[in-house]
Amino acid sequence: MSLGISFAALILLILIALGGVAGIEAYSLFGIIIPYAAFIAFLTGVTYRTVVWARSPVPFRIPTTCGQQKSLPWIKCSFLESPPNTAGVIGRMALEVLFFRSLFRNSKLEQKEGKPIYGGAKWLWLAGLAFHWAFLIIVFRHLRFFFEPVPGCVNLVATLDGLFETGVPTFFLTDALFLISVTYLFLRRLAIPSLRYISLPADYFPLLLILAIGLSGFLMRHVYKVDLYKVKELALGWVRFQPQIPEGIGWIFYLHLLLVSVLLAYFPISKLVHMGGVFLSPTRNLPNDNRMRRHVNPWNYPVKVHPYEEYEDEFRDKMKAAGIPVEKE
Amino acid sequence: MSLAKIPKPEEASKVSLRPPARGWMETPAEFKPGTWCYSAAPKNLKALGLPNPRRWQPSDADWKLPENWQEIILQGMKERLERNRSFRLFMDICVRCGACADKCHFFIGSGDPKNMPVLRAELLRSVYRRYFTWSGRLLGRLAGARDLTVDVLKEWFYYFYQCTECRRCSVFCPYGIDQAEITMMGRELLNLVGCNINWVIEPVANCFRTGNHLGLQPHGIKDSLDFFAEDIADKTGIKIEVPLNRKGAEILFVTPSGDYFADPGTFTTMGYLMLFHEIGLDYTWSTYASEGGNFGLFTSHEMIKRLNAKIYAEAKRLGVKWILGGECGHMWRVIHQYMDTMNGPADFLEEPVSPLTGTRFENAKSTKMVHIAEFTADLIRHGKLNLDPTRNDHLRITFHDSCNPSRAMGLFEEPRYIIRKVCNHFYEMPEETIREETFCCGGGAGLGTDENMEMRLRGGLPRAMAVKHVKEKHGVNRLACMCAIDRATLPPLMEYWVPGVEVTGVHELVGNALVMKGEKEREVGLRGEPLTGKEGDKNV
Repeated sequence: MSLGISFAALILLILIALGGVAGIEAYSLFGIIIPYAAFIAFLTGVTYRTVVWARSPVPFRIPTTCGQQKSLPWIKCSFLESPPNTAGVIGRMALEVLFFRSLFRNSKLEQKEGKPIYGGAKWLWLAGLAFHWAFLIIVFRHLRFFFEPVPGCVNLVATLDGLFETGVPTFFLTDALFLISVTYLFLRRLAIPSLRYISLPADYFPLLLILAIGLSGFLMRHVYKVDLYKVKELALGWVRFQPQIPEGIGWIFYLHLLLVSVLLAYFPISKLVHMGGVFLSPTRNLPNDNRMRRHVNPWNYPVKVHPYEEYEDEFRDKMKAAGIPVEKE
Repeated sequence: MSLAKIPKPEEASKVSLRPPARGWMETPAEFKPGTWCYSAAPKNLKALGLPNPRRWQPSDADWKLPENWQEIILQGMKERLERNRSFRLFMDICVRCGACADKCHFFIGSGDPKNMPVLRAELLRSVYRRYFTWSGRLLGRLAGARDLTVDVLKEWFYYFYQCTECRRCSVFCPYGIDQAEITMMGRELLNLVGCNINWVIEPVANCFRTGNHLGLQPHGIKDSLDFFAEDIADKTGIKIEVPLNRKGAEILFVTPSGDYFADPGTFTTMGYLMLFHEIGLDYTWSTYASEGGNFGLFTSHEMIKRLNAKIYAEAKRLGVKWILGGECGHMWRVIHQYMDTMNGPADFLEEPVSPLTGTRFENAKSTKMVHIAEFTADLIRHGKLNLDPTRNDHLRITFHDSCNPSRAMGLFEEPRYIIRKVCNHFYEMPEETIREETFCCGGGAGLGTDENMEMRLRGGLPRAMAVKHVKEKHGVNRLACMCAIDRATLPPLMEYWVPGVEVTGVHELVGNALVMKGEKEREVGLRGEPLTGKEGDKNV
């Protein structure tokens, strides 16, 4: 059911784009108003979410330690897995954000003669890493539409990405990686029974949406080719706050644009906010130095305790009889 | 212990990991005997001033909740979301990638899909979405949101008391989402409406009043320790003094009360007593701070603080310089990650220095509490102990990393160093079952009660199977650990899955190997078992 709903939502979006552009020709709506609105929703939404997280206090220092603590000088401390200081935390976070360190640990449970065994399982890590990096590079490459002249670094990335120079126009490696990895992530969710069991529409929908964005982009570049100069004219119009619709950009572009707009607007209200959240996770971004440096809880409040005096009052006679020292004879 | 209703190991080990056809939101929790814990007795709730004391059981249809229970829970959730970034973030950022799914010992042993950490968290997240997010309010089920009903509350109870807060899932999560944190919040919420278990609340009530979970009164503690001293005298010929509530001692020693109450923890305590005597440590035990463990951790953050306060208060009253802590698991989660924040700063204490070696424990310079494994490893390293590891030659040891010292502290090498110095036969279990990937004993976080035995044995299956592996491969007959809960829960686990393996604390092994000045020739280990090469003498 979750999958069906997500799929239906995607089809509806595609129909809206086709109907809106090819049918009623509402170019301004799809080319200007919706993209602007989506972008504003994205910025304000993500900012809002991040601010709410960042403003919530971190009362306790609760890193998950995945390696040896710093204790005695002759015992080697695991600097990145159990960071003793800020430098270690930066290293740990870099590994986590750039290389998905924790996911790399993943294993797969199997049963053999009534015993659980834990096999290697690196595909999720690999596909996840490929997907996120490819997505980032693709977004970065798109910057060429928003700058005139195109910054050198954007050109450089595009050149490296299209190194094999197969096809006209150049076929980008990241496009392939992106489509393959998203497809894998989607099929994995369907194929593994326990994963299908936990999946919500909110898990299928973004995958389908992102896949559709990738496919529409691929089609636009290699099959139903659109005039990229006109696309750039439109994009530069957005950036300069003088948006105008150039004539004759194909329908497939508006489909791509609508899907991207939906992704942007959907982003802050969905699980996709993990992008920002990963940086703030208290089990990862705090050092394991609890006993060295006191962590202060901003809302620490006094609690009802049972003081020694009350304890001794209750047990004084027994303590004296047993020869245990007391405060009041 | 009644094992009548518990399936045979051969049957219990056949676990189906395939989820059922019916969706999880449509499947209410079923309270099968052997898989849940009894409710907290009203007298214990009253003693602590906790809400809604009443007679009820989880298997009852009517849980006698307060009339406005939903309001209480939702208000409680709101407050906790505002106070804890961890909670809010963990409610928001899960992508349900499933990496945690097969990492939970309760899932591996039971196959119940709601024991997948991701789904256990969704139990709470679905309610969070419904009442605290726009998408959940507007789209309901479509956004994975659902109403807070009595069935949902029961489900929370069943599964949040089926999580041992071991943090193993958190090691594998790409965002570090920690189910222990979510379970702790879930249990706090349940506590607000009086849904808690006696195996947690009674120790808490005991600890509040008598200073320890078991409710041992001061003279009882003295009797126990004196009894151990006599036992040590029998085995070594050495008479040991047990300092108790002694003012002016240099060090206050705090350890879980389980270790001066029941075997095999008592042998670990004997190891401490022998060690401290042998090195002439200027220290004291306390009857007021007679508990290192803290079942407040399994109740609420407030309760952690209420119980933990005794340790610093007693250190101050006795005028010690610093505190030494015994072998325990969750105790060290509290000491390492909460104590200083909650009840510090301990500016009336001094930075810990070993009186024997002069080592400054810089890693404990703020909290001023040192782990016994750090202390002993340092002693051995400096050659301060005369050790005869052959006295442990009748043992083939493997070491179980306890959850909390592993994943909330990073104590891995210190105990291993000690074990290697006091034993000749030490074998590690498979890599993916030790250190940061260690598996829970199945009875942590207050779940180690006998009415919950089937679930404990199932939850302990991954640990037990790893022990079985080294038993078959290396003839391992002793499972060492550094946790009092382990010492209570692992023996029945071994008896069920891996008969023939006994459980020991690390300092029992130290006590066996420790050559004491003026001792008589040792013929038996601390638990009275004949030492290798000494069996023959007995028969003569």
